Amino acid sequence: MAKTLFEKIWNEHVVVEEPGRPAVLYVDLHLIHEVTSPQAFSGLRARGLKVRRADKTVATMDHSTPTLPKALQVIDDQARAQLSQLEKNCAEFGIRLFALGNEKNGIVHVVGPERGFTQPGMTIVCGDSHTSTHGAFGSLAFGIGTSEVEHVLASQCLLQSKPKTMEVRIDGTLSPLVTAKDIILAVIAKIGTGGGTGYVLEYTGSAIRALDMEARMTVCNMSIEAGARAGLIAPDEKTFEYVKGREFAPSGAAWDAAVERWKKLPTDAGASYDTLVTLDANKIEPMITYGTHPGMAVPVTQALPAAADFSAGSERQAFEKAMIYMGLEGGRSLVGQKVDVVFVGSCTNGRISDLRLAASVLKGRHVAAGVRALIVPGSQEVKRQAEAEGLDRIFTDAGAEWREAGCSMCIAMNGDQLSPGQYAVSTSNRNFEGRQGKGGRTFLASPATAAASAVTGKVTDVRTLAAV
Amino acid sequence: MASFTKITSHAVVIPSENIDTDQIIPARFLKVIDKDGLGKSLFCDWRYNADGTDKADFPLNFPASQGAQILLAGDNFGCGSSREHAPWALVGWGLRVVISTSFADIFKGNSLKNGLLPVVVSQDVYQKLLAAQKADPKAQITVDLTNKLLTLPDGSTSNFPVDAFAQHCLLNGIDQLGYILGFDDKIKVYEGSHTYAN
Repeated sequence: MAKTLFEKIWNEHVVVEEPGRPAVLYVDLHLIHEVTSPQAFSGLRARGLKVRRADKTVATMDHSTPTLPKALQVIDDQARAQLSQLEKNCAEFGIRLFALGNEKNGIVHVVGPERGFTQPGMTIVCGDSHTSTHGAFGSLAFGIGTSEVEHVLASQCLLQSKPKTMEVRIDGTLSPLVTAKDIILAVIAKIGTGGGTGYVLEYTGSAIRALDMEARMTVCNMSIEAGARAGLIAPDEKTFEYVKGREFAPSGAAWDAAVERWKKLPTDAGASYDTLVTLDANKIEPMITYGTHPGMAVPVTQALPAAADFSAGSERQAFEKAMIYMGLEGGRSLVGQKVDVVFVGSCTNGRISDLRLAASVLKGRHVAAGVRALIVPGSQEVKRQAEAEGLDRIFTDAGAEWREAGCSMCIAMNGDQLSPGQYAVSTSNRNFEGRQGKGGRTFLASPATAAASAVTGKVTDVRTLAAV
Repeated sequence: MASFTKITSHAVVIPSENIDTDQIIPARFLKVIDKDGLGKSLFCDWRYNADGTDKADFPLNFPASQGAQILLAGDNFGCGSSREHAPWALVGWGLRVVISTSFADIFKGNSLKNGLLPVVVSQDVYQKLLAAQKADPKAQITVDLTNKLLTLPDGSTSNFPVDAFAQHCLLNGIDQLGYILGFDDKIKVYEGSHTYAN
């Protein structure tokens, strides 16, 4: 019978499936970090259990690590204790750790792919909702809670009920300066923050096939913002080319055998999904969020909704509450809105291609007076590559801050954060109230839109910046 | 894990939709290495003034809300991050049930592993509960997990869905890891026969 990519991976990983019970699903790669793992290790100790497959577990420090270049001062004793706990846990249980200061350190969802841990057809989990990123390789990857982190550490398995499948088909060609970030914001705006709940999304269509691997990661990364735990993109030659030669990727005969397996993963002709959503890439414009969840997004030039556009009820209340928090009026576009901070980075847009795009906009230009711009590479590897290409000089010459790798201002628990009331154009993934700092106000957008907004000090349609 | 059978309580109501886990427990409280003591930080940024005093207009601070074991909240509750600190904080405050018209997947799974029952109701039942609580903040709601039955303050009842396995685990206080480890022999067989698992 014809099967989808999801069904093939799912079927391959079911260890036990009993009627009326969730499946016991095998996990090929378990990524861990300092924030969601300590209580799981405590649980193991309390039960006298070991880590079943330390060889399939990889740890990094990213959420609470500092990004200021020289000092690398951890924000407080609590964060220091948490980082130190991860070191102890990894040492005790024999887990590979890319600690703060390690040349391979970085954000978990940047490190996994760049070191070659992430491979097509795998099941990948992490105590972090943006684990969906790894679906860009045609692997079933999703975020789990700390109890489940403990389950996987102890058993290498998880209990999972089989989700439904949604095809998100995006055909057509993106216009210049329209990016993967704009695609995924358009998808979330269309289906809503809960539209993907209970589903695994598979992104298909010519516009997806045309994306490079890093852009595909950006799309899959934000699947969770539509409520879907996982997003998938079928592997192809671009995928194999990206994985080939990476430190932990197969090599020699094992590589050839792996590629043969991976080529069988894409959804079969005639396989069916539970539901279908389509978007036309030709019509996607640079997108920006205006409210307090990622579904509140519009093309940057388009007028925001007004309260009158909603019928009375909870949706209107939610809109009005968001507009009060954001200090905005509906009915006009965000273009020209004052910006205090610009953040380029995160597991969504902190890879080398994102930095190249931001640099291409900032080159020969300067960050507007009064605007603070932070450029934060997703990993130490990305940082080295950017510096080899001279991107760091472009950023610092433009008046932006060039930082060490980490989650930084995406999560505001490491010292990088907005002050109350500040407006930020951010390439990260969440614009929830206080996400980037208590009282901070976030506009999510692409690296191109963020960089253009840094130059003008206002929300800007990057297509309107005059050529330098 | 504490078992759960039946709870009768008044409810605290936060009627907003899409309440994300960053609101339930902001990221700056995630630097802990244990699960305890998060109840005081529940809904921190909605609950406290800048000087740390209670915001009188936030439902968790209403005198009538004290002692409530049920939270009634808007659609898509618990969206966003996978942090299990969210159910830890809700349970830490004293809650055992959240009633909404829908829940985010990861939050739902995390809650069930911590003795916190997510109860999905229809829009109609949700509105009835809102109205009943508005009329009487101490109106009693009964959540009966054995029979998957919700009894509204007016005595009317409504069934709610719960995954059969989750129900079994909650009713009996069964811990899922023990269940998984019971399949150790099958996991070994799997590892011996699958490429990635070798």
